[in-house]
Amino acid sequence: MKSKQLKFLVGSIAILVALVYFGYQGFNESMSYFQTVPELYGSGSQAFDRRIKVQGEVVKGSIRREGGATVFAIGPTDFKPPEGFVPGPDTKTLQIRYVGSDALPDTFRDYASAIVTGKLKKDGTFEGTFIQAQCASKYDRENAAGVTAANQ
Amino acid sequence: MAQLGQFALAIAFIVAIYAIVASLIGIRSRNDKLIASGRNAAICNCIAITTAIFSLGYLFLTNDFSVAYVAAHSSVDLPLHFKISSVWGGQEGSLLFWSWILTVYTALVIVQNRTKHRSMMPYVTAVLTATSLFFTAMHLFVVNPFKVGAIQMPGGAISLFRPSDGVGLNPLLQDTLMVIHPPMLYTGMVGLAVPYAFAIAALITRQLGDTWIRTTRRWTMAAWGILGIGILLGGKWAYRELGWGGYWAWDPVENASLMPWLIGTAFLHSVMVQEKKGMLKIWNVVLIVAAYTMSIFGTTLTRSGLVDSVHAFAKSDIGGYFMAFIIVTISGALYLILDRLPYLKPDSQMGSVVSRESSFMFNNLVLLVSCFAILWGTMFPVLSEWYNGNKITVGAPFFNRVNVPIAIFLLFLTGVGPLLAWRKASTNSLKRNFLIPALIALASGIPLYLLGVNHFYAWLSLVMSIFVGITIIREFYKGAQARAYGTGERFHEAIVNLTLRNTRRYGGYIIHFGFVLLFIGWSGQAFSEKIRLPESRIGAKFQVHQYDMRVENMGVREGPNYLAQYASVSLYEYGKKIAVMAPEWRKYGGRDQQGTTEVSIHSTLKTDIYLVFQGSTDGVTGDFTIYYNPLVMWVWIGGTILGLGTVIAMLPNKQTAGRKPQAISNKESEEVEHAV
Repeated sequence: MKSKQLKFLVGSIAILVALVYFGYQGFNESMSYFQTVPELYGSGSQAFDRRIKVQGEVVKGSIRREGGATVFAIGPTDFKPPEGFVPGPDTKTLQIRYVGSDALPDTFRDYASAIVTGKLKKDGTFEGTFIQAQCASKYDRENAAGVTAANQ
Repeated sequence: MAQLGQFALAIAFIVAIYAIVASLIGIRSRNDKLIASGRNAAICNCIAITTAIFSLGYLFLTNDFSVAYVAAHSSVDLPLHFKISSVWGGQEGSLLFWSWILTVYTALVIVQNRTKHRSMMPYVTAVLTATSLFFTAMHLFVVNPFKVGAIQMPGGAISLFRPSDGVGLNPLLQDTLMVIHPPMLYTGMVGLAVPYAFAIAALITRQLGDTWIRTTRRWTMAAWGILGIGILLGGKWAYRELGWGGYWAWDPVENASLMPWLIGTAFLHSVMVQEKKGMLKIWNVVLIVAAYTMSIFGTTLTRSGLVDSVHAFAKSDIGGYFMAFIIVTISGALYLILDRLPYLKPDSQMGSVVSRESSFMFNNLVLLVSCFAILWGTMFPVLSEWYNGNKITVGAPFFNRVNVPIAIFLLFLTGVGPLLAWRKASTNSLKRNFLIPALIALASGIPLYLLGVNHFYAWLSLVMSIFVGITIIREFYKGAQARAYGTGERFHEAIVNLTLRNTRRYGGYIIHFGFVLLFIGWSGQAFSEKIRLPESRIGAKFQVHQYDMRVENMGVREGPNYLAQYASVSLYEYGKKIAVMAPEWRKYGGRDQQGTTEVSIHSTLKTDIYLVFQGSTDGVTGDFTIYYNPLVMWVWIGGTILGLGTVIAMLPNKQTAGRKPQAISNKESEEVEHAV
């Protein structure tokens, strides 16, 4: 009886150890820091060495094609571009150059909440390889209260 | 109608409280009339919630945009079936839908067991109704679907507001699969409440044999099967609607539905050990509590904004209430389990490492590890933020690294487990059952490799699929042969009768076979290819493997509530024209000028050609993406067989004897002995 239980134990532990190892590998391969634009700027020079998922709202009118890449800016949810605003390295918004191989998601557009995976370059732009986008949550909130309709 | 719905919710709230109190006092004081009254109240609760959800449906059908929820999720031009599906298209309505299914289940369980399990049923009624009460409270006080729209006037006064048209349903949700997928998920997830309620009732009444398991087996099977199909339908929706060429992305919302399913799978297997050997009693109670909690947790995860997900459920403050409910659920169950430990002693001891029960043990072990890893990965951003303020996310590589080997190991167990004897499998039986399938599978590994299957896990999964597939087919073959010999039936009749006379065992095999096909489909992912073709003109030609494509035309057409740019692309295989593909890029009307891709998929058993058109600015050039996705169709076929097997496993065994009843009776009893 003892040896039977021992066999189970050894078998189970072997399986667990293997899986923990695989998990550890996968973790290192895919871990990334999830930050908003202000948090990204807040993390200082560390930001250059990390794989980052940066989240922000796509600044209205900032999406454009440049060579093979899509360039746009994201900012905090409540960011309102001032008159004549040119997206670029500043303290509020982040200029993103999307070079990934996936097509841009359907939900990616002005005001969408975008999550871009990539790395911060030394010139202050962010090179993205993967984009997820969600219909702007602000839009949902406003509609729920009937605000947008009232403004029209 | 909104008032009626609101009123129905209020009634539901009151009768639910009464149902719980009456059931509990009734059973304590052995007052049968009071128990019956509690039962009736629980059924009234169902009627009230039914009234509420139909009121909401009516509001959608009549375009009553004075109700905020309707205004936010529907519009005048929305086609009828999407108006109906809008009922569960958002936070408030989907929670009401959840409630509705729960109360329907409760009513069905009560009716089904009105003369049975007299001591347990009042507790079952109380537990199920208590869950319903929690949800009704949420509808009434936190996320009310019947809330009317209001705006704040410049002076600060609040005024009722009724827009002339609604915002419309999110275009991505305007897909027939979205009409069926969420109800199936809910039906599956909520279904786990039934075995859970019986488990709690069994704990309370100290009836911890296998009565609660046998009583709820069909409920559990149904919930598990529907949840599984629901998950696959969600994958199918993502595949054809989201346009990124895949069907699973380890998104938190997907994970939320997978976790209860994984624990449910563990539960379905481990209860057999209890039924057969009287072991794992504590374990089974823990599993069903965990599965049910996971389904509530999944519901929370999807709606609370706790983790970031691409699924656009509005963030809300329901998270705290749900977490509190989960904590109460878990601690209540834990207390009961600890208090009833003496009643949960196993009746027998564990068998050898190579035995049926041990295959179940390993099945349970890895299913739980899988669930834990998924939970860990999903919650890691939250956990790491608590721990040191850094929100760290993990991606698909993490989930795949852990879960792919687990899945393949489970597939192996699928083939081996059902054929191992209880207690200890003899070397002889191992040889007899597995030598030939193993040899054939290994031998087929060589041509597979030569054909280009050089990805290790894909290769292993295919080889294992062959091994398991053969063991299952042999079981049917051997069983049918013996039966045909004994009864004089023809072979195909024997297969049918064999299955119908032991639905649980052969239904199980069919489910397992569905999984074999799913694994074949999943293996194909290792060989997917993606080609981006920006700015392609009319007349442009693409090639992928044996397929050629030519852009024939581009144009614009008008749909019921959208404007579509389309492309027409001829598809050739080995130079022969086989299809014309028509992917679209749609802009839906309304305030939300969102563009969505409508992909065009040419599916064959070999491979899918998946074509995405991202619109054209000048009518002659457009952006295309082609995905070459081998074997995807096997995922959908496997899912169908999985559903079929689940239905068969739930059928009662056919009792009518064959042509020579005597001759087969021995064989049959032996089979029952051997049954899964």
